[in-house]
Amino acid sequence: MYYLWVFLIGGFVCMLGQVLIIKSNITSARILVTFVLVGVALEAFGLFDYISEFARAGINVPIVGFGASLAKGAIGAVRAKGLIGAFTGGLEATAGGIAAAFVFAFIFGLIFKSKTIN
Amino acid sequence: MDAKQRNEAYNNYVKAKIPKTRPWPTLFYSFLVGGIICCLGQGINDLILLWFPNMAQQTAWGYTLIILIFLASFLTGIGVYDKIGKFAGGGSIVPITGFSNSITSPALEFKHEGIIYGLCVKMFTIAGPVIVSGVVASVLVGIIYLFI
Repeated sequence: MYYLWVFLIGGFVCMLGQVLIIKSNITSARILVTFVLVGVALEAFGLFDYISEFARAGINVPIVGFGASLAKGAIGAVRAKGLIGAFTGGLEATAGGIAAAFVFAFIFGLIFKSKTIN
Repeated sequence: MDAKQRNEAYNNYVKAKIPKTRPWPTLFYSFLVGGIICCLGQGINDLILLWFPNMAQQTAWGYTLIILIFLASFLTGIGVYDKIGKFAGGGSIVPITGFSNSITSPALEFKHEGIIYGLCVKMFTIAGPVIVSGVVASVLVGIIYLFI
């Protein structure tokens, strides 16, 4: 029944985002930046793996997981290759997601028309 | 009426016109939608591991996120995701699908300004800060880990 945990933790993380919106009226860019930085911090202090063990998709699907895999990639590459790893590791670990987001946005941007203008 | 007074009057006018959103329903819906999206991700991940039992967990997560990004991008293209976002708020922004939506949505909107200066440039209005801040923070973390 780990889907219950996934639902509860995933929902809770998203609700925190909504609380930020209500309390301070910040834009979606700032919310995403905040959560990415939280993810980097969680991974840097070694807490992310403990949460991820029972939360699974509940913490990996929110953008917090993106920040955590950036930090995890950088830390892993630093241990393997030294200083150059700090620069290459983060983007290497998240390259799949970033490239997918660009490619699909480009393709669907060409195919579909904006719904807000017409 | 001097500028300060005028600004105050305008602010009061704006405050009166902004639609009042009740916080409790949006909190509930953001919880519900966010939870459902995370469960969807877990379901896709479990299916991938069921079909390809030899795949590493890390690779399976990569495919899961790419599928979620594809779905969100497509739903943004046909105009469904923005409708979900209207009542879900944080529930549709915080998951990785919100990141995908924030790239596809301006790409669609500014297509009429041209492929290069419209679509390709505006894609990064929200994704740019997110990726830059994330990468800068991760490089700092990497350098700190070099010394400990």
